[in-house]
Amino acid sequence: MPRPHLYLLATLACAFGLSHFSGRMDPYFLDVLTGVGINIILAVSLNLVNGYTGQFSLGHAGFMSVGAYMAAAVSVFLGPRLLGESGGTALQQGSLFLAALITGGCAAALAGLAVGVPSLRLKGDYLALVTLGFGEIIRVIFQNFEPLGGALGLNGIPAYTTIFWVLAFVGLAVFVVTCLVNSTYGRGFLATHDDEIASEAVGLNTTRYKIVAFVIGAFFAGTAGGLYGHFKMTITPTGFDFTKSIEIVVMVILGGMGNTLGVILAAILLTLLPELLRPIAEYRMIIYSLMLIVLMLARPQGLFNFKFGKAKL
Amino acid sequence: MLTVTDLHVSYGSISALRGISFSIPAGAIVTLIGGNGAGKTTTLRTISGLLRAKTGKVEFLGEDITALPAHQIVARGLSHVPEGRMVFSNLTVDENLSMGAYLLSDKALIAKNREYVFSVFPRMKERLKQTAGTLSGGEQQMLAIGRALMGNPKFLMLDEPSLGIAPRLISTIFEKIVEINQSHGITILLVEQNANLALEVSQQAYVLETGSIVMAGESKKLRADPQLKATYLGG
Ligand SMILES: Nc1ncnc2c1ncn2[C@@H]1O[C@H](COP(=O)(O)OP(=O)(O)O)[C@@H](O)[C@H]1O
Ligand SMILES: [Mg+2]
Repeated sequence: MPRPHLYLLATLACAFGLSHFSGRMDPYFLDVLTGVGINIILAVSLNLVNGYTGQFSLGHAGFMSVGAYMAAAVSVFLGPRLLGESGGTALQQGSLFLAALITGGCAAALAGLAVGVPSLRLKGDYLALVTLGFGEIIRVIFQNFEPLGGALGLNGIPAYTTIFWVLAFVGLAVFVVTCLVNSTYGRGFLATHDDEIASEAVGLNTTRYKIVAFVIGAFFAGTAGGLYGHFKMTITPTGFDFTKSIEIVVMVILGGMGNTLGVILAAILLTLLPELLRPIAEYRMIIYSLMLIVLMLARPQGLFNFKFGKAKL
Repeated sequence: MLTVTDLHVSYGSISALRGISFSIPAGAIVTLIGGNGAGKTTTLRTISGLLRAKTGKVEFLGEDITALPAHQIVARGLSHVPEGRMVFSNLTVDENLSMGAYLLSDKALIAKNREYVFSVFPRMKERLKQTAGTLSGGEQQMLAIGRALMGNPKFLMLDEPSLGIAPRLISTIFEKIVEINQSHGITILLVEQNANLALEVSQQAYVLETGSIVMAGESKKLRADPQLKATYLGG
């Protein structure tokens, strides 16, 4: 079996195993682990766009919010009708949640298609601006859309997110991105990044590659949003603003663009860092920012960007 | 094989090609020479669909390809080796070659093309696992040409293959260009600032100056032309 498939199986087994013991684990630890997992999904999927394909998207939080709201809408509005008064069995809940996550992912992917098709024909800076604008527009729409809670946000989302679901989707995101970039078809993402003119010259449709990367990236951002909503049980439009997008971009840059393992490590580090700095609450964000500046200056190629063998995961 | 008729191309308000026409017979090596900024790269990019012409027509094997996207033009057997050794620098030599066969699905044909590339450039076989960005300038040029050959082209356009390459390797590369033309019957359009060499290996030549063709004819004759000698051949 090829290696990525083994990793996926291992992650799924791990997710399954962990979920059996999660009852005995420290809830704070589980919370942090869930946050780490969601950020890994976000960073790994953005890495496909910003890292491997060499585009610059600043709208990942926007796609995350589309997924979060759509997934929450499915379980809040459809759930009671489908599962009835009793709330359904664990299996029914699980199926509903999976459907909700996939709906959220697909809605985000559609949004990605709508934003990507017109803007990806154009070059770098333009895409950054369009995606930035998209994120803000989405936020304003949710803020004013009363059926989904408006500015107050959507409450009463069932707490379906468990460590099992988080790890399963981490595994899936890493698996899809790794298989994609290591396939013959997927070399096209790296080629598009390396040199667009040479790519076109050997017959690649670079625009299509960029759109595919963008749509897949948005899909996983959407599922991460769904997991987030069913973890926090409440979502507000401001939770997915520009700063969240920047946070994910930083993870990708720090991990070393186009290096999945590095990006995973960076997502872990940057999620844990604010937690570790919690005791010095008032200086927390200052130190966090300073550390980012120092890290960027010291390792502009990415904190974890070292080549290990041929298998650039 | 290729006919270009009254091609006008501009970048915004700057006009780069002001109505050029030329044709290239099958099996030939034709060169397009001219100084820096004459419009040579613009011509190649327009033919291969990377740039759009304002007016004019490009015909390849009797078909009008002026409006086709680049990947469909490559699929018809017209391959472009861009200026400045544009290899995929983060991919290995092997992966670069595979990308060259991106549009082919016939595994046997791909393997045959790969063997052909190795027979022309044995050095590529030695460097298969090396990252393309770490090759020398000459090796990158060989890789760029090899990558184009992987796509099984009928017609190959080379944009200044001598640019920035050690003099020792320049003659090797030009020998290979002739070899590709003769052993495989691939028609070649060679763009060069190095007019001496280009006229030596080609049968026909066009001279481009600020977006217009100012001279055309047999390469042999142009080499003896006093006016051309003064401007392009170093007196
Ligand atoms: N991307 C571009 N934007 C604007 N002008 C360009 C661009 N590329 C080339 N030009 C202009 O078009 C003309 C022809 O350029 P080019 O085709 O690159 O010439 P050559 O390859 O013969 O050196 C030059 O005047 C150049 O300045
Ligand atoms: Mg040029």
